[in-house]
Amino acid sequence: MAIGLFMTGVLLILASGFPGLLMPRESERGEQIFVVLMVLGSLCGVLGTLLSLPQDGNAVLNLSWSLPGAAFSLVIDPLSAVFLFPLFLVAPLGAIYGLGYWPQRDHPNNGRQLRLFYGVIGAAMVLLLCARNGLLFLFAWEAMALSGFFLITTEDNRSEARRAGLIYLAATHTGTLALFALFALIEGISGSFTFPPAASLAAGGAASAVFFLGLFGFGMKAGLMPLHIWLPGAHAAAPSHASALLSGVMIKTGIYGLVRLTSFYAAIPPSWGIIVLALGAISGILGVALAIAQHDIKRLLAYHSVENIGIITLGLGIALIGRSDQQPMLVLLGISGALLHTVNHGLFKSLLFYGAGAVIHATGSRQIDGIGGLLRRMKWTGICFLGGAVAICGLPPFNGFVSEWLIYQGALRSLQGSVSASQLALLAAPALALIGGLALACFVKVFGLVFLGEPRQEAAARAHPAPAAMRLPMLVLLLACAWIGLFPWSVAPLLQRAATVWSPSLAPLTLAAPLASLPMIGLLAWSLLLLIAVVWFWIARRSCKAPRDAATWGCGYVASTPRMQYTASSFGDFIVGLFRVGLRTERHGEPVAGPFPKPSSFSSHTPDAVLDGALLPAAGGIAWLCDRLRRFIQNGHTSFYLLYVALTLIVLFALIP
Amino acid sequence: MIAGFLLHLCLLLLFAPLLQGVITKTKALFAGRIGAPLLQPYYDLRRLWGKGFVLSRTTTWVFLAGPAVALSVPVLASLLLPFGGLPAPISFEGDLILFVYLFGLGRFFTALAALDTGSSFEGMGAAREVTFSCLAEPTILFSLIVLARISGGLSLNSLFGSHLAEAWGTGAAAPLGLILVCLFVVLLVENSRIPFDDPNTHLELTMIHEVMVLDHSGPALGMILYGASLKLMVLGALLVRLAFPWQTGHVLGDALLFLCGLLVLAVLIGVVESTMARLRLVRIPQILIGTVLISIFALVLVLRTT
Repeated sequence: MAIGLFMTGVLLILASGFPGLLMPRESERGEQIFVVLMVLGSLCGVLGTLLSLPQDGNAVLNLSWSLPGAAFSLVIDPLSAVFLFPLFLVAPLGAIYGLGYWPQRDHPNNGRQLRLFYGVIGAAMVLLLCARNGLLFLFAWEAMALSGFFLITTEDNRSEARRAGLIYLAATHTGTLALFALFALIEGISGSFTFPPAASLAAGGAASAVFFLGLFGFGMKAGLMPLHIWLPGAHAAAPSHASALLSGVMIKTGIYGLVRLTSFYAAIPPSWGIIVLALGAISGILGVALAIAQHDIKRLLAYHSVENIGIITLGLGIALIGRSDQQPMLVLLGISGALLHTVNHGLFKSLLFYGAGAVIHATGSRQIDGIGGLLRRMKWTGICFLGGAVAICGLPPFNGFVSEWLIYQGALRSLQGSVSASQLALLAAPALALIGGLALACFVKVFGLVFLGEPRQEAAARAHPAPAAMRLPMLVLLLACAWIGLFPWSVAPLLQRAATVWSPSLAPLTLAAPLASLPMIGLLAWSLLLLIAVVWFWIARRSCKAPRDAATWGCGYVASTPRMQYTASSFGDFIVGLFRVGLRTERHGEPVAGPFPKPSSFSSHTPDAVLDGALLPAAGGIAWLCDRLRRFIQNGHTSFYLLYVALTLIVLFALIP
Repeated sequence: MIAGFLLHLCLLLLFAPLLQGVITKTKALFAGRIGAPLLQPYYDLRRLWGKGFVLSRTTTWVFLAGPAVALSVPVLASLLLPFGGLPAPISFEGDLILFVYLFGLGRFFTALAALDTGSSFEGMGAAREVTFSCLAEPTILFSLIVLARISGGLSLNSLFGSHLAEAWGTGAAAPLGLILVCLFVVLLVENSRIPFDDPNTHLELTMIHEVMVLDHSGPALGMILYGASLKLMVLGALLVRLAFPWQTGHVLGDALLFLCGLLVLAVLIGVVESTMARLRLVRIPQILIGTVLISIFALVLVLRTT
């Protein structure tokens, strides 16, 4: 029953974009059918998942597949469910959002393509998250990767989108190559492509090779630094609701892969946890530092995905260290923090991408420097974006705080053991504090420059509010973020069961103890919200009669213009300067000098350290080398070509007996 | 429980502005002046309370949300913190993280309220504020980790429990001393005190926090000033408990001891402000990174010795 409902949902989501192909280009019927099918499919999927959760192991589908070694086997367990719920929420919301953001009448050329692949990627991700066979997993993985490419290149008339799409395609296939090797190795160890049960593989032998292949392949998809090269460009190029799906849900399949892969092993070598922890810290800190240096709102949000993947990986690292050190508290707190942050990031990052999309829709600009003062023109978008910003900074009373709090707890609990490798997990706490501080700086910049102050350009002054189809998904996501922040205990049971699936050794532990403080967090979040509301309401009432005809105090200067406001470059300059070693920011413009200075300007631009700083120059070097080699070999002299023929013949005679 | 709750709030809400008065008085005495009366901050608050608002036409509701959050956050944070020998009314495992992040929320909205005016001057202050505090945050976390290691607990109540008095006599004294220095630096940074910032000047290019509240007026300014003194008292309570961990065992005695400790701290801040010049802006990150390193050193010491 449950699995039937679930599969109906998958098929509906898969099929949602197809009817539109049969409609005429100008018809709006296609997008309406798409939304209806998407919402229905997601409802079926959620119901199927919910029904299958109470009955352990009953929601199983096993069909034979003519491919050798493959079987169509699906299992919905709590670990999959944690990843499925955000998908079933974000996918239909994005479809509704698309009605306002990417309507067929404005985009007759690519609207149908976008909806087709939006449905395909949704269904592929659902299959991937439940697949229990290596080949089925790879099949879904490739379907997802390819439809992702078509989502990114929706606007294939723009060279920027084509470039981002190609980089994405190269990156994702490099990762898939590693996964092919990974599943072949697992098949060699366990004897079949079916996923081995949790904690069934021994740590020795090829285990480390499997783990590092997985870390590379899944890390590439998740956008773990330094494998994040495809991510900023891709998320910036795709339409905003597609970016939300890619950033909020798709990159989490990499995290899912890592979590599922590490669950196979009975014992975890200490080095795994330490490496994952270190990668998480690097991703988190450099991701957010690069984000501060960006002035394109979607690129900035994309770098925040790298940062949040870093936070999730920190949690996973703590849990792995806990497993190799036999400390169940660390395991439980680390993995539940990582899983909850995965869900949370799916919610608030989608919310922020929708908000960014509404801003782009209203002003036609992605550059933060050209916007300003939108809160008065786009009230609801502003409120929703502010909620998302508070959540992504990990501040109470929203959901980001709850998951970061769990990870902090995991890090601090490692103190209570004896001095051992597990205390490296401690370092996650200051790393998280630094990440949190930098994220706060970044979102003060984004919200302050985009929504507050005066409009910097004409387009921002004429901005129009987002249509209802775009506001509704944002409000729903804001409520979801607030829900987890204000009722954090409501997610605890699912997290505990997912943690037990990941590490069955947790089962005998009384799981309630470490999560027992969650109701207190909820209580304090409520009191914080109420206290602020009361104080704000009082001061707003008191000030409502105040005259609003004064200008901002300009320290005596009366002719100030909106162009004199702080810009994104100037706001980030101080922090970017502190990270100049890692960022390599390019500064353009000359300093003002002399008693009669000439007109001068300043701007800064931060390229990606890995892609633009290392990979592209290296690739250019190899291409240059090959070019030289080719010119040396194919030099145009007939005598040389005859020599090659003769040499080849001699070699062949020597080789063949 | 309820009595402790009320006592905590009364101590905080009634005595916080007094600390500002003591600091100003100390500075005046150092400068050879008589100075404003000790209760001047109370008079200022009452005067601001009765005034009207001047609101820039650029501003939105966020402008007033800044003071509201800046006032609410220290009140709530104080409930998690023991005041000297008085235990915290609300305590649970992991409340130290909430304590740190509550102040993050306050900073977020104060900086947004500054940007809401559209003034480049206030934008400058907001950029500096968020930069320096993200450098101060790892120090706080390292210090809390040291305390958590010494106490074995994860709530502020157990971190700042009565075991600190014994800990000063053991091998933990050196790391405790180091984090005391670190937390004092953080206190000065977070409360915009000399040598990092100057709470008295509004029109100096080197300042950070005060420039963000340039456009606030009347009751909103009053709320910000009151919120700032609450914050000074809450962060000061951390230091006082760390430096004077002894308690009498009687509620009123403990409260008095705690207030005396705070007054000594206020005099100390006044002395620092009178005897030091303000640092150049580029020096501040260097000092903050130095503090992070000192706190890491304290952590290494405490992991080795205990």
